[in-house]
Amino acid sequence: MIRLEPRAAPSKLMAMLSPLIAILLTLIAGALLFALLGQDPVEALRVYFLSPFDDAYMRAEVLVKAIPLALMGAGLAVCFRANVWNIGAAGQFTLGAIGAGAAALFIPAESPFAMLAVPLIAGALCGMAWAAIPAALRTRLSVNEILVSLMLTYVAALLLDWLVRGPWRNPRGFGFPQTNAFPEWAHVPLLVEGTRLHVGAFLAVAAAAGLWLMMSRTLRGLRLRVTGAAPRAARFAGFSAAGDVWFVLLLSGGLAGLAGALEATSIVGRLQPEIGAQAGFTAIIVAFLGRLNPLGALLGALVLAVSAIGGENAQILLRLPKNVAGVFQGMLLFFLLACDSLIAYRPRLVARRRA
Amino acid sequence: MILRRSLLIGAAALAMASGAPAAFAQEEPLKVGFIYVGPVGDFGWSYQHDQGRLALEKEFGDRVQTTYVESVPEGPDAERVLRQLATSGHKLIFATSFGFGDATAKIAKAFPDVKFEHATGYIRDVNLATYSGRFEEGRYILGVIAGKTTTSNKIGYIGAFPIPEVLRGVNAFTLGLQSVNPEATVSVVWANTWYDPGKEADAANAVIAQGADVIAQHTDSPAPLQAAENAGNVKVFGQASDMIQFAPTAQLTAIVDDWAPYYIGRVQAVLDGTWESQDHWGGLAAGDVHMAPYTNMPDEVKALAEETQAKIASGELNIFSGPISDRDGTERVAAGEALDDAAQLEMNWFVKGVQGDLPK
Repeated sequence: MIRLEPRAAPSKLMAMLSPLIAILLTLIAGALLFALLGQDPVEALRVYFLSPFDDAYMRAEVLVKAIPLALMGAGLAVCFRANVWNIGAAGQFTLGAIGAGAAALFIPAESPFAMLAVPLIAGALCGMAWAAIPAALRTRLSVNEILVSLMLTYVAALLLDWLVRGPWRNPRGFGFPQTNAFPEWAHVPLLVEGTRLHVGAFLAVAAAAGLWLMMSRTLRGLRLRVTGAAPRAARFAGFSAAGDVWFVLLLSGGLAGLAGALEATSIVGRLQPEIGAQAGFTAIIVAFLGRLNPLGALLGALVLAVSAIGGENAQILLRLPKNVAGVFQGMLLFFLLACDSLIAYRPRLVARRRA
Repeated sequence: MILRRSLLIGAAALAMASGAPAAFAQEEPLKVGFIYVGPVGDFGWSYQHDQGRLALEKEFGDRVQTTYVESVPEGPDAERVLRQLATSGHKLIFATSFGFGDATAKIAKAFPDVKFEHATGYIRDVNLATYSGRFEEGRYILGVIAGKTTTSNKIGYIGAFPIPEVLRGVNAFTLGLQSVNPEATVSVVWANTWYDPGKEADAANAVIAQGADVIAQHTDSPAPLQAAENAGNVKVFGQASDMIQFAPTAQLTAIVDDWAPYYIGRVQAVLDGTWESQDHWGGLAAGDVHMAPYTNMPDEVKALAEETQAKIASGELNIFSGPISDRDGTERVAAGEALDDAAQLEMNWFVKGVQGDLPK
């Protein structure tokens, strides 16, 4: 049988090898799954991992899908590192979309404020404001931020719902729940014509790189890591726990708000009940896939984007049901996270001893 | 206000002007794609569309190949899924939920040689048709049955969203209800989802707790039927498909959406090269809407339901014939007139007898 023994120090080798082992295991288990379903395993795996790169549009779509995941994942990585559990990025994303929508819909085109930065900043501020609620409740009243941030997700969704069905509804939209289309000035420019890839890609990379620098090169980063790993030690060192809670919640909330603002102004182009806020939950997986490293979150976002689009393509090209796509995606995540235990633990084959 | 007829004729003319598609060799099967808003196993809306898809395979055999993508959110992902269906060789694509409208219109422009069909939508193009069923005809019959069944005179109605499609159903139901029982009222609860068994069951239990003894629904899962069955003394109607297996003693009947005739007709049109953009709105008469067997009710109620059904199908009874006033007292349809399709498409008011919020 195999026994896991703790290593004296995390293995540098395994830190690099574990994702490769995980992908290998996923390929084997996936091939088995597809063979059992009567599919050609090689073709099925090709569809999952390679078909999202088949043409320029699909490659752009991978990035389009990854942008909000990366923005939110990077913010959550910092937040979780500091041992603050913001589960409500989806709600902050929704508020970001609402903030951007308010700016896009109500600033007249001739106003000097009618420029793209305004809705994006408004979105980020709204995301921060939404995250400030769990921050205030946790620091003032010791209310658990997991519950508060999660519950506020539903409040945010209902707020958006009310706005698009009520006061902000397009008066000539046949009564359907959506606002007017945003004006031209509030559209995020596309990077590649004919695709949906927009300049948010640069913002995602800049945010991830900036947060990585902050975490690894600044005193603030050190404080957050210490607070997260050893809260008592951080208190003895005189670090303000409340200040850190505020900082990471506003940071991750602001990035989620920016992600929502970008999605609303670039992809959707108006407000409607469904704007892709689900990505806020997926971003939690992204943060962990990236081992709570902001740059890792970029990679994690790409992995999840590829597997989501690969899953859609499997339904279209292989005519597999969505549940199979879900099972396969689950296997991939399971192996990726499970193999990370090899970094801190050594597997050892031991003979079963007689009692 | 939109004149549907003139739009239709305009679209047809454009289709002809652009040249009829050349008949193509028959060795390659016609690939037909579907995108569903819910899982194929919802036993309601998406399930019935999938039944229509399966009917295509049965009807055309090797001449068609069908593909579906299920549980596609009505948001950013729909555009990519539609585009991928178009690039992977699907020549006829059915987008089966209202929220896919913008994405379908955009992709239809990008793929002029692919035919698109959008269920319950209103945006049309040379290669984008719309289609729906007059389910409200069935809902009028449900209202008649409910009026004869209720003893508390309180009916619970679980609506998905306050959009015209759902409001038409609520109003048709209430008009049917009050035609036989003017004392009865309808309490509408918004579930804010098409498919969420948990929320739908909660909504059902809430209206039961308020004293409703008959429940109707315009959401897609059988959860409200199970809630009614468990409550014991509550009757209920199935939605989109016959849900009797979930409520063997509580279901009175169900409106069954039968997409098969329409889908078969449209595929045949593509195969023949005669497909044109149009707006199709079929009801009981066209066979797009059926009623599940009338069960768990006295014979005279059953007879009345059958009589109402026959009158609607024959055109003798127009369910939106005046006089109809909304619940604020404004006259919406004068006596001797009937609500036209355009007004039905943008309905945003409740008739008298409906209780519950209506976001303005």
